[in-house]
Amino acid sequence: MTTRYTKDHEYIRVEGDAGIVGISDYAQSQLGDVVFVELPSVGKTLSKGDEAAVVESVKAASEVYAPVSGEVVDVNRDLEAAPGTVNEDPAGRGWFMKIRLMDPNELDGLLTEEQYQEFVKSIS
Amino acid sequence: MAEPAHSDEPLLKTPLHAEHVALGARMVPFAGYDMPVQYPAGILTEHNWTREHAGLFDVSHMGQAFLVAEDKSHETVAKALEALIPADVLNLKPNQQRYSQLLSQDGGILDDLMVTRVGAPGHEGWLYLVVNASMKDADYAHIQARLPKGVSLNPKDGLALMALQGPSAAAVLAKLAPETADVPFMMSADVQIDGIWCHVSRSGYTGEDGFEISCHAADAAKLWNTLLADPEVKAIGLGARDSLRLEAGLCLYGHDIDTTTSPIEAGLIWSIQKRRREEGGFPGAERVQREIRDGASRVRVGIKPEGRAPAREGTVITTPDGREVGIVTSGGFGPTVNGPVAMGYVAKDVSAIGTDLHLIVRGKPLPAKVAAMPFAPHRYKR
Repeated sequence: MTTRYTKDHEYIRVEGDAGIVGISDYAQSQLGDVVFVELPSVGKTLSKGDEAAVVESVKAASEVYAPVSGEVVDVNRDLEAAPGTVNEDPAGRGWFMKIRLMDPNELDGLLTEEQYQEFVKSIS
Repeated sequence: MAEPAHSDEPLLKTPLHAEHVALGARMVPFAGYDMPVQYPAGILTEHNWTREHAGLFDVSHMGQAFLVAEDKSHETVAKALEALIPADVLNLKPNQQRYSQLLSQDGGILDDLMVTRVGAPGHEGWLYLVVNASMKDADYAHIQARLPKGVSLNPKDGLALMALQGPSAAAVLAKLAPETADVPFMMSADVQIDGIWCHVSRSGYTGEDGFEISCHAADAAKLWNTLLADPEVKAIGLGARDSLRLEAGLCLYGHDIDTTTSPIEAGLIWSIQKRRREEGGFPGAERVQREIRDGASRVRVGIKPEGRAPAREGTVITTPDGREVGIVTSGGFGPTVNGPVAMGYVAKDVSAIGTDLHLIVRGKPLPAKVAAMPFAPHRYKR
């Protein structure tokens, strides 16, 4: 199981041929209180970089981009009733969607945990 | 909400800047100032705290000025201001405050402002004005260029302004200055708190009972910390100030009102007293009186999205059959309502409460209804 990050602060936690996608702890802290999450439909095919979801804080709406290409095979319906879970547990219960990877090689272009933490340090 | 500052201009700081930083505020550029958008507790917590206890806001970025008649006559200064705004200034009692708007010749709103007839002895013929931070230079130039001889405008850069808002505000302030308990809504008093001179008005912009407190900049930090020492009081940033005023149905200049909107379109007829409606004699009176008589073709309304998705400023409003009828001017999540709320302008024929509308959010029509404002009930001390 490996977790990779984008410079747009999405993470993907890969297990086998699928990955759980969410936003990083840094991203949720920057957004502030999350009040609404718009999720994609299950079955939708996304290309890497496509707008996959929208997360709205009290202040503003932000896009969540697909870190890799693939098919959406599951979404976190619990966020509809409890969007604040994204703030409480972004890496766990606050996940957004599960994507079946089209090209696992795309993961190589993403940041490792260590690289991402360095990146966050450089911008904060 | 945060307006990006001009990158070549250094940000101004209010007299409370160091206090915000010490409290761990997230600072953002706003109207040329480095202002706290939120403290570590976050906007939701700050919003709810203000509705349930008392929130303390730094609004020192706003412009405070005095309009002064040389002849010390209220009538002189009142008439000078009545030539620029539609409110009845002449009949203000000493210490009484009114909300009004600077109007252009065609009835558009140049800015909104608060006007108080100063009641302190020795200040006869003085009016106290509070204008928006982003507009203060333009407002001062506009007013100054239109004053008759014998009336002058004195901007006061050396003053701080803070707002104490919420159901506990009155009890908190009464412990420090007992006489404030008897000050009714939209009236003011000059009091001493901890040896600090304060001009206190029973007003604010959250829909809650509360006060706006002006003091000398040099005393601001001491007063701020005296108020914060009460366990009922927490510092609240501009983020929650915006969600509170939106739920209260109050206009934000540059968003819900601007030079294209008239006070009648904006639903501010209540701020134009009967005598002025009839007599006119203010800029744009022709349009204002015509819209009072015939109705305006578009009006500001409250809008309640039916789902959970917030509709932000700029969202296009259509009828369910797709006719474009207006635009959202403020919108977001209302923590007290526990759902999305918005306001905007719609064509008169779709402005009745309960009318079905669509909000075009990210290209998709979301159902919504015209709703009564305020979204959260006002709790002013009448």
